Amino acid sequence: MAPLLEIKGLKTHFATDDGMLRAVDGIDITLNKGETLCVVGESGCGKTVTAMSILKLIAMPPGRIVQGQILFEGRDLVPLASRELDDIRAKDIGFIFQEPMTSLNPVLSVGEQVAESLRRHEGLSNKDALARTVEMFKLVQIPNAEARVHDYPHQFSGGMRQRVMIAMALACKPKLVIADEPTTALDVTIQAQILDLLQDMKERFGMAVMLITHAMGVVAETAQRVVVMYAGKVVEEADVDSLFESPRHPYTQGLIRSIPRIDLDSAHKTRLEAIGGSVPILIDPAPGCRFAPRCRYAFGLCAEKEPALREIAPGHRMACHLGEKQGVTP
Amino acid sequence: MRQYILRRLLIAVPSLLGISVVLYTVLALAPGDPFAELATNPNVPPEVALALRAKFGLDDPVYLRYFRWLAAMVQGDWGFSFVSRMNVDTLILQRLPTTLYVIGSAQLLALAIAIPVGVYAATRPYSIFDQIANTLAFIGFSLPTFFTGLLFILIFSVTLDWLPFVYSTDVKGTGIRWLFEQIRQAIMPVMVLGLFQAASMTRFVRSAMLDVIRLDYVTTARAKGIGQARVIVKHAMRNAMIPVVTLIALQMPAVFGGAIVTEQIFRIPGIGSLLISSILSNDTPVVMAVTFVFACLVVLFNLIADVLYGWLDPRISFR
Repeated sequence: MAPLLEIKGLKTHFATDDGMLRAVDGIDITLNKGETLCVVGESGCGKTVTAMSILKLIAMPPGRIVQGQILFEGRDLVPLASRELDDIRAKDIGFIFQEPMTSLNPVLSVGEQVAESLRRHEGLSNKDALARTVEMFKLVQIPNAEARVHDYPHQFSGGMRQRVMIAMALACKPKLVIADEPTTALDVTIQAQILDLLQDMKERFGMAVMLITHAMGVVAETAQRVVVMYAGKVVEEADVDSLFESPRHPYTQGLIRSIPRIDLDSAHKTRLEAIGGSVPILIDPAPGCRFAPRCRYAFGLCAEKEPALREIAPGHRMACHLGEKQGVTP
Repeated sequence: MRQYILRRLLIAVPSLLGISVVLYTVLALAPGDPFAELATNPNVPPEVALALRAKFGLDDPVYLRYFRWLAAMVQGDWGFSFVSRMNVDTLILQRLPTTLYVIGSAQLLALAIAIPVGVYAATRPYSIFDQIANTLAFIGFSLPTFFTGLLFILIFSVTLDWLPFVYSTDVKGTGIRWLFEQIRQAIMPVMVLGLFQAASMTRFVRSAMLDVIRLDYVTTARAKGIGQARVIVKHAMRNAMIPVVTLIALQMPAVFGGAIVTEQIFRIPGIGSLLISSILSNDTPVVMAVTFVFACLVVLFNLIADVLYGWLDPRISFR
């Protein structure tokens, strides 16, 4: 079966005063129909830029897709003009943004903000679009939907706004929904509700979900497959079980070890580990592995040669020199 | 909404009273009054002049004179112009339409230029269009209206002889011909005032748009595939217009001030040139009334701006 979305060698760079910032520097991501894929990594690793590149939502200039293909149902989106992409935006690929507080237009009613894409893509009349919007609001469990569609964003709480965003992203029943840290800005209790809702919607509509997050807990709960990104590169990719059971890349191991555990009794409690250092600045990066300066296993080769992504088990790929020659396994 | 406007109008009453006190006091402190000429006229015996002053109450204390003026004003008696030999209200009503016509058209012209140019420039920052618009705007608001006014007269009236440079009150002709002449003679003052306003407004619209265009909800709108034009007009522009409305409302006094100068240059028989001539001839009742009318207009435009806010921004409620 042909994958729904196939990102091949994508490079998205930003022109800055100090030089070219390689935010996304040659990544491959594949997403099948109906699959939930999580993209994880710390802030500044290029997760959001990757997602935004798919629909060309990055600011261009200064941003530019310098290389690569983004195949959606076999069609390359990179060479398309913004006007041609408009037929795919919201219709085939829905987008949920990180900040529900700022992602809705304050001067338009929430109903109108959902209805306008229905009118554009489904050719509905004002009345029908509004009716469908009310339906969507009920689906995402916004109470009193008939009245609420006429309200403005400032009359909603953060969680409710994110429900509006979900209704907006799902209104045209897209084949793929990209959710860019949909729960980061919300309270923990609301986070769980929103994730459940996303899961529900996914089951109901059978769409694929690309969930971008930095919370490993969210990954464990929702993902089928996981892509770990570091400094604009994919460092490891695996299905969720093998990633948590046998993480192979030192960065992934660090990420998993930095999850607070409440299931261990006090005798086994250890100090929570952190990955020392911070993400490198991606202007003229040094050759070699980008994680090497923070890696506890780093050795001579790491600073010289960039490790390629290689398959180490069926469906499990990672980019690290360890285990390649010396037989050292992390 | 209706209640809000009513309350705003009621709030305007004390501020207008305050303005009138200040205006009256300043005018009372200024040297000269309508009878100053009588005192220096050798044909009028001093005791007659004194009797006249006493009769009109000019030697009473300022506050008494103010209350007398206020009482008369409230009853619709705006006083009598000693220079024009007619009632002040008739005089103002004669002059006001011309001023409103010229200023109104100039503002409309300014908006018609500033909004599209500013918005387009903001969607393509640092493009050639943006650079040209910025340069022209910079030149536009660096040149004072009294200079551009004279320049326009020199080019379009003296050299090219396309447009009349003296505004006439009694335009000859009727019907279409009359209308045509009215428009023709207003072109230069409207252009001078309008372009000056448009220059600063364009820069403001551009920066307001630039602020809005990189906000998250504009990206959300773009992700909906509704097209660039709709994203700009429906999502970005409406938000960017909120600060622009403030600017236009705050600029209103400056617009009237600029109109005074422009009316002088083009000899427009408007309320501004009436103010200048009555100040020069010590026609205090007219000066008082005209400045008061300006104050009322400024208060009115601020009220309009506040109502517009509520319409543009649902977060502002009329309570």
